[in-house]
Amino acid sequence: MNFDVANMLVLGKENSHSQQQQQQQQHLRYDCCQEEYKKQLAENLLKDANILHKESRILAFKNRPPPPPEGFDKESSLLYSENTAPGASRPRKMFRHIPQAPERTLDAPEILDDYYLNLLDWGSNNVVAVALGHTVYLWNASTGNIEELMQANEEDGPVTSVAWAPDGKHISVGLSNADVQLWDSLSLRQVRSLKAHSARVGSLAWNGPILSTGGRDNVIFNHDVRIREHVTGKMVAHQQEVCGLKWSPSGQQLASGGNDNLLHIWDAAAAVSGGTSSYLHRLDEHQAAVKALAWCPFQSNLLASGGGTADRCIKFWNTHTGACIQSVDTGSQVCALQWSKHERELLSSHGFSQNQLILWKYPSMVKMAELTGHTSRVLHLAQSPDGYTVASAAGDETLRFWQVFGNPDTAKAAVRTKARETYSALNSRCIR
Amino acid sequence: MGTGQQAATRDVITLKGSSSIVGEFFSYAVNSILFQRGLYPSEQFDRVKKYGLTMLVSHEDKVKGYISAVTSQIADWLQTGKVQRVVMVISSLATKEVLERWNFLIETDREATETGATKEKSDKEIMQEIQAIMRQITSSVTFLPHLEESCSFELLVYTDTDLEAPTSWEESDPRLIKKAQEVKLRSLNTKIHKIDSLVAYKVDDDSNV
Repeated sequence: MNFDVANMLVLGKENSHSQQQQQQQQHLRYDCCQEEYKKQLAENLLKDANILHKESRILAFKNRPPPPPEGFDKESSLLYSENTAPGASRPRKMFRHIPQAPERTLDAPEILDDYYLNLLDWGSNNVVAVALGHTVYLWNASTGNIEELMQANEEDGPVTSVAWAPDGKHISVGLSNADVQLWDSLSLRQVRSLKAHSARVGSLAWNGPILSTGGRDNVIFNHDVRIREHVTGKMVAHQQEVCGLKWSPSGQQLASGGNDNLLHIWDAAAAVSGGTSSYLHRLDEHQAAVKALAWCPFQSNLLASGGGTADRCIKFWNTHTGACIQSVDTGSQVCALQWSKHERELLSSHGFSQNQLILWKYPSMVKMAELTGHTSRVLHLAQSPDGYTVASAAGDETLRFWQVFGNPDTAKAAVRTKARETYSALNSRCIR
Repeated sequence: MGTGQQAATRDVITLKGSSSIVGEFFSYAVNSILFQRGLYPSEQFDRVKKYGLTMLVSHEDKVKGYISAVTSQIADWLQTGKVQRVVMVISSLATKEVLERWNFLIETDREATETGATKEKSDKEIMQEIQAIMRQITSSVTFLPHLEESCSFELLVYTDTDLEAPTSWEESDPRLIKKAQEVKLRSLNTKIHKIDSLVAYKVDDDSNV
């Protein structure tokens, strides 16, 4: 590009000499700049500046390493899913994605808005049983089919509690007239009737062939449903309605919560002792009715309990010693609790004012998610047999299904890496 | 190591000795990175005791073969003092985009390569330095982004232009990362070779609050 020549020609020969000099100088400067630029470019190209400031060649071995095997699941890196980036850069998402909206909402007309009842249960046959007024409906979660199980008479009803038996076939129904009925869900026929209480039966809990029932008469009865004289034990301790009743997964202990703000722990032997038995522990730290009870699936002797409006706390107990391990004020009445079978997490459902479900990380009790949607207090929670979905029922006459405990699809991949997890346990624990 | 009869020679480091220590270090470091970053399934790795730690080494033939061929060549080249750095490049199998670069910059002591002089440093100290780097590699997973897709790796060696390379080696481009975040790791110094390590990784574009 001979601009100088062109310039010269254009401007004429008078100024040519000085201009030439000028241009030469400019040229020199330009050349210097160019060199510098080239050098800087070269330096910057080799990202981290070459310390030795020497020219280098980059060699790579011709025989490349093999690619990873087909179908090798990157999901194994779930081991390291709790990454955090240093300082300046934004943090990566720590936890799995928990959908904020329910995956499904069903109508639940006529559902009673009574805190002390237990109207929802999800059986091992993947069928959800819900009591709406005098009727019990069965919703098959696999097929979406809805069936009416039974309808109580005007004077017998309404239905006050439902609980699936562990076999997933039979279902127990507690009624307002103090009766407890046992139904066969496949043939839709009543199998037997257990009469023992003198007031409505608001809570039910199964332990193998033993069914424990809690009523407004403050008494807990234990029935062996296989034998004729079904009452095998009576537990008297509560001073008001028994609204929470749960057997531990081991079947060794029974937890009962009442409107008298008390939480009692009973031994399994007491259930079949025949007479009236005494409790193992009497826990009176709650300031309101204890309806929400949930036994920890991964730690034995750990029980979580939730208190009503005046209490609003979730308390954790060592049921072996009766000690309160932890207490967390949630800010809202706790209606129900469900532990995750897959992670160390706890789901709680609440009433006024947000009517939300809170997912907590255990034991840090950090809120992982808050699921809103219900417009009335979320009275009941039930978990699917695969442990990924939770159904919630509220006084707003809706039944919502939340995929809060994980995704069954990603979990299938995780199962395949189970073997690998234990193998690399050493390394992963070092990081934490 | 560390027995009475070897006490006299323990602290002396020769060029050859240092090169072999560094070559071995690279071999274990690469294996460790392969395992930690999940490039290959963990079943392909065996546990061996080395540097006072449990190191994971791949027993898969091709991977093992590649690593040993490259690191033994590096060890040879280290004796010439013409190796400037070793880079382990991790790139996506599908898009070929470079996601991570593990840089090991090498400084060789001139005296050792020119005159064959020996240096003094205890084996124990060297081992501790290597141990520290290995631990850092393991714990780097806490800040390195999760490698979502299947990845492949490669080892690049930056050498002086006058180094003779056998035909099994070819020229390559540096395979840099476009927008990288860097973290410096600890260094290893055998008094003859000084290794500075750092890991550069691609910063994700999608920002997550």
